[in-house]
Amino acid sequence: MRRSPLLWISAALVYAFLYIPLIVVVIFSFNNSKLNAEWVGFTFDWYRVLFNNEGMLIAARNSLFIAAMATLLATVLGTMAGIAIHRFRLRFLPFMTITPLAMPEILLGVSLLIFFISAFGENALSLLTVIIAHTTFCIGFVAIIVRARLTGMDESVFEAARDLGATPWQSFRLITLPLIKPAMIAGALISFTLSIDDFVITFFTAGAGVPTLPLTIYTMIKIAVTPEVNALSTLMMLLTLILIIVATKVAPDLFRSKRLVKDDDAESNAQIN
Amino acid sequence: MSLIQATRIRGERFQKFIVSAPPFVFLLLFFLLPALIMVVASFRYPGEFGGLAPLFGDLPAGEKGLTLENYQIFFSDFVYAQIFLKSLGVAALTTLVCLVMAYPVALLIARSPKKSRDLLVLLCVLPFASNFLVRIYAWMIILGPLDLLFTRFAVIISMVYVHLPFMILPLYTNLEKHDPTLLDAAQDLGANAWNRFWKVTFPMSLPGIFSGAVLVFIPVLGMFAIPEILGGKDDWLVGNMIKESFLGTRDWPFGSMLSMMLTVVVLGIVALSMAFAKRGRRYA
Repeated sequence: MRRSPLLWISAALVYAFLYIPLIVVVIFSFNNSKLNAEWVGFTFDWYRVLFNNEGMLIAARNSLFIAAMATLLATVLGTMAGIAIHRFRLRFLPFMTITPLAMPEILLGVSLLIFFISAFGENALSLLTVIIAHTTFCIGFVAIIVRARLTGMDESVFEAARDLGATPWQSFRLITLPLIKPAMIAGALISFTLSIDDFVITFFTAGAGVPTLPLTIYTMIKIAVTPEVNALSTLMMLLTLILIIVATKVAPDLFRSKRLVKDDDAESNAQIN
Repeated sequence: MSLIQATRIRGERFQKFIVSAPPFVFLLLFFLLPALIMVVASFRYPGEFGGLAPLFGDLPAGEKGLTLENYQIFFSDFVYAQIFLKSLGVAALTTLVCLVMAYPVALLIARSPKKSRDLLVLLCVLPFASNFLVRIYAWMIILGPLDLLFTRFAVIISMVYVHLPFMILPLYTNLEKHDPTLLDAAQDLGANAWNRFWKVTFPMSLPGIFSGAVLVFIPVLGMFAIPEILGGKDDWLVGNMIKESFLGTRDWPFGSMLSMMLTVVVLGIVALSMAFAKRGRRYA
């Protein structure tokens, strides 16, 4: 196929643009200097400082707890939504699952802030409100992945199950569930990653009492840039990297970008060809 | 209707209820209701200590129920419209730069052997998986020593950095489906590389460009962290104004009004892009 040297070079430059900043962060996290300016020597000190920082450990615990609970809720509700949208003609549910993903995050954040405070009072913001907020946007991702999986499946297996006398519950438990399990796991991993990384929505729904890792990074980089942030950033990159590798192993289809783009586009391309 | 049919239909309805009700109720409570409260809040007064006056119960003396005041302030002072225009400008510039950078990558992946495509796509998505703030912070480290922090340039480059994959993926999905024989035909008919790109590849990729443009443009509009951390005072966008109204001045009705205006702009862009996408399709 046609891949001119010019195409190779410009694409390579863009890949470099994507990776160089992150590599710089990782390198400076091992730098034996308080300034992020020049390489002085190798050290693990910043990681040691990080692990002795009480506030950081609390933030990490909060982040993990929120992500675990939001993932659990979003996987159950999102799977239901995915199945419901696939099987039944529904008017509002597709709209309600997708819209939170399509709007700028800040809108979901501030509307939840007003809602929580006016419904439950001035001190309403807590771990629970963050978990609810994260679940709201994770449901959509799980629903999309589960639905994509169901759409690709042969309907006749369900008919066969029914003809052989399976009750709806049996056909769900013995056929649907095993078939959509990879999609559910992939959805759960995506939810976990999104939740643990979320800054904007957490920022508006967490209040002062619930520090999370992204909120801590935000506070730190607003005050001063220290190598501690490099170390924390590197660890968070490592965590997401591991989650992604697990996700690609569980559901190899996940990063074939076809799944991420609307059917609408596929349609238009069909017309082109 | 036979009894079996009747029970089957009832069973069907019951199943529908069982799977759709829980997510429906959850999203009704925590997505739709908050959105509606925000609409109402944009027509109300702030509370005694900031925030929002109570929605129900007795109103403090001298206070009326609903007001257009927030919207009147917006339309009476050009300052607010100006920030919206500036945000649209930053979003447009970011989208354009993303397009220019995404195109060679998407094209290269689409024209690579099938085996290596998934890996090349994964390589684009991977940095995108690192925390949003980490990616901003990376630019702080790089731009700081170059004396480029707190400038418009810093804002745009990190906006591009954060949103680039949103442009690469839909563009690649589109380019991947192009029939390579079309380019051979164009070449046989005497088109040079320049014409082959602008007269064949580019017009056919317009639907992909529109999908990517919307995915970049909309989140940039609501962004507040990048202008706040990497920009100067001049670089404040709509997102910063909204954040400031909610957490700084604590004038929630005003913030709600700004959020409503942002929603209207976003919906307008979605509608516009759908109209464009249709035309692009006809063009192709």
